[in-house]
Amino acid sequence: MSATASMGRRDAALPEAVDVAIVGGGVMGLATAYELSKRAPDLRVCVIESSYLVSGASGRNGGGVRSQWGDAGNVSIMRESLAICRGLAQTLRINLWFRRGGYLFLARSDATASRLARNIEVHRSVGAPTEQLTAREAKELVPELDVTGVHAATFNPEDGVVFPWPFVWGYASEASKRGVAIRTHTRVTGIEEATHASNVGYELALHTGESVWAQRVVNATGAWSPVLNEMLGIDLPNRPHRHEIISTEPLKPFLDPLVVDLDSGLYFSQSTRGEIVTGVTMHEVPGGEGGRVNLGTSLTFLERMASSLTAVLPLARALHPVRQWSGPYDISPDGDAIVGSSPGHPNIIQVCGFTGHGFMMAPAVGRLLAAYLHDGARHPMLERWRPERFALGQSRRHEDMIIG
Amino acid sequence: MTTRTFICRCEDVTVKDCDAALQAGFETIEEIKRFTGMGTGPCQGRECMVPLCTLLRERGVPDADRLQPFTSRPPAAQISLGSLADGARISLTPSPTRAEDEGTP
Repeated sequence: MSATASMGRRDAALPEAVDVAIVGGGVMGLATAYELSKRAPDLRVCVIESSYLVSGASGRNGGGVRSQWGDAGNVSIMRESLAICRGLAQTLRINLWFRRGGYLFLARSDATASRLARNIEVHRSVGAPTEQLTAREAKELVPELDVTGVHAATFNPEDGVVFPWPFVWGYASEASKRGVAIRTHTRVTGIEEATHASNVGYELALHTGESVWAQRVVNATGAWSPVLNEMLGIDLPNRPHRHEIISTEPLKPFLDPLVVDLDSGLYFSQSTRGEIVTGVTMHEVPGGEGGRVNLGTSLTFLERMASSLTAVLPLARALHPVRQWSGPYDISPDGDAIVGSSPGHPNIIQVCGFTGHGFMMAPAVGRLLAAYLHDGARHPMLERWRPERFALGQSRRHEDMIIG
Repeated sequence: MTTRTFICRCEDVTVKDCDAALQAGFETIEEIKRFTGMGTGPCQGRECMVPLCTLLRERGVPDADRLQPFTSRPPAAQISLGSLADGARISLTPSPTRAEDEGTP
């Protein structure tokens, strides 16, 4: 990658009118912009980000990339995403720190163990090589684990971890080279229907006093998406939920898989830099939520995380956290993403509601959304992800493997 | 400072790396942290923040807002996960929510 490739600027020139305006410069918006610029080079595309490019969930997640889900559709889309990840560093010309050490799930109850056993059948039906392990086999895989109380485990060697930031830089610089205007530090303060050269579309008002007309607008603002939707009266049920995470001092490499203790919701992995990156499920957010993104951190989380982690990885007792932060999950009520034309506004395209697994799905979603925007091609998941399913009462829970 | 001077010793970030970040269009310290990795090691910016600010002033970054240090993260002092786990048995006292990033990005 050239050291001077632009990855978005606060002073990037914005065209007066574009075919597609993508609001939100996270991995979803930028992967979509990049794929669109490859598929339809003549299309005028811009990305508008209110802060800096990795300021949202794309820069705050744990970097897990897995195909172990409870639902065949999610397994399949993640296998697409993993297949793209395999060559993505070369395509985007940046080191993504993609390391396939697998994901190891631990079950501490019979109910959880039978869920994992059922999932293996789902995985095999779509070709994912997940194996069932005993507690002893799990310990052979990661000798540092204390497997007391572990009933069963599953392992998929194709899963892995990445360093999230360079994904965003890579998509941004390659999209920018192909002519996508990426404007950072610029807030959208208003949006209304407007015509331009006798085309119907939307006028976006920016806090700088500028405005951009777009034939179609993609809402890729994730956990912030209700803000833009409210400006248009689009009523969707996804809401932010705060999740905390820590990174420890680095250790020399010892831990290949990302480990999930499914009953406590604990996950931990070792980054390529050597740090242990870890978090745990907190059903109640300390300090409360309030319907908008909240990026606080809490001692409650740190203590619960430390208790859960040191029980299963005793050597962690001696480790020091260097940094604790938080990021928003964009929670959809049925756990499925919200992608496609908005109810009442067909030219406002949502790509939201990914419920904590958007980052890992983004390589596949960027590609399928670009295809949809280009020629209307409908990937099978777009049927399930239709934004109007909530209003029509057609929402159904598919997935029970949501971690963190 | 030469181009080979280390700004961040934890993560081996040099003046040249910071200049590359400026050329790529990153001007705020939050962005330079995430592009170069400066400040993400054991010192968490305690050592490298002042050299970076000095460099940015030298390079003509004009705006005091863009010289804001990145958000400092807990814990403020070193504490082991073992001590935290033992402490969890004594108290699970919620701390007040911090005002970090209230101007939602």
